[in-house]
Amino acid sequence: MMGVIYTETVVHMASPAFEKDVPYQVAIVTLESGERMTARIEGARVAIDDHVVLVETRGGVPFFRKSE
Amino acid sequence: MRPVAVIGTGKTRFGAFPDRDLLSLAVEAGDKCLKNGHVSPTQVEAFYLGNFAGPSFVGQNHLAPYVSTALGIHEVPATRIEAACASSGSAFFHAVSGVAAGLYDLVMVVGVEKMTSQPTPRVTEILASAGDCSGEIRAGSTFPSLFAMIARRHMHEFGTRREHLAAVAVKNHANGALNPDAHLRKIVTFDQAMAGKPVADPLTVYDCSLISDGAAAVIVAPADRARDFTDKPVHVLGIAQASDALALDEKADITTFPAVKAASRKAYRMAGVSPSDIQFGELHDCFTIAEIIALEDLGFVPRGEGGPCSAAGYTARGGAKPVNASGGLKSKGHPVGATGVAQICDIVQQIRGEAGERQLARHSLGLAENLGGSGASCVVTILGEL
Repeated sequence: MMGVIYTETVVHMASPAFEKDVPYQVAIVTLESGERMTARIEGARVAIDDHVVLVETRGGVPFFRKSE
Repeated sequence: MRPVAVIGTGKTRFGAFPDRDLLSLAVEAGDKCLKNGHVSPTQVEAFYLGNFAGPSFVGQNHLAPYVSTALGIHEVPATRIEAACASSGSAFFHAVSGVAAGLYDLVMVVGVEKMTSQPTPRVTEILASAGDCSGEIRAGSTFPSLFAMIARRHMHEFGTRREHLAAVAVKNHANGALNPDAHLRKIVTFDQAMAGKPVADPLTVYDCSLISDGAAAVIVAPADRARDFTDKPVHVLGIAQASDALALDEKADITTFPAVKAASRKAYRMAGVSPSDIQFGELHDCFTIAEIIALEDLGFVPRGEGGPCSAAGYTARGGAKPVNASGGLKSKGHPVGATGVAQICDIVQQIRGEAGERQLARHSLGLAENLGGSGASCVVTILGEL
């Protein structure tokens, strides 16, 4: 699944369940269908309009990474 | 529909009070309000409590009769209203609706939140439950991160800059320094605001409102009975509540809040005024970007101009449209469930000419905008002299 970054942030202060992950990047991805979903970003940081690809879904959460 | 007036107000200081519990805060604000409105508890015909997360913060549920009984208000309907950060704005909306409809004459509204008994990561988790827990929150979004994503998109589309966000923080802290009831009475310099510790990029601690304890209360009555209680009644000229999806990823455009636009459109129509008539406002600056977008959605400035207008002093105490002369959520503090009613108290105080050092030059027509979550609830109230 492919998409484009609509917006993003890097979280530095988190809820207890996510404190082990900080800093981590969350983004809203616009999919090819036009639908949007909130996802985590793996690997390199992304910016608005970057193209991303789905790596996997863990615990109901989609993880995307920047596509080459 | 009967015209409605605010006849009494009461507030606690906002801050971190380790030795105060939720009940003592609510009762202090309620007692002050009864005294201010010259109303006896036995005259109150209905009671609304605005509270976001008492059960999570302090482990107490069934909060409305818990508070009303402690105030000496017995047997009347006592109802808690939860609409995230717009909880007590919504409670106020329902109180005004009941009086306007002729169901009651005297109705009391108390807003309260006791937040500082929990460590910050737990507070972050509780606040996040105002978002969509099935999607955005499960992915690790916090509340600051939702507004950080809104800020990033606003910057991308309109050229809004970090400097504009910092200008909002500097202004609200300068205002709050004049407010004896504010949580953080501290001047923040532009350089400090530009170099804050990051919370969720591009937002730093200086872009985020405070975690506070506090309570606020008002009593409303039919306008034609108001002068039986006070010689300074303040008219509720317009009021509306509106709603929208919780999740940011379900919204077509996250740089505007449709609920703010809908509520303000209705409130302006009810009051028979336009945005340019409003002399001052208390806007929901839970994050600096939220004040910038509110300026645009309320029609105070053109879309995309909220940042530059803030930096140019348009909303400063001496500007064309002073915003958050109280210090706002940023400096006054943001005990979530108390905020909506506290905004009403601050506007009433200005209209009555009782704001002390904070008193504005033009103060006869004010607007309160109370936003819930990342825009899923909004209450807009327009208050004026009778």
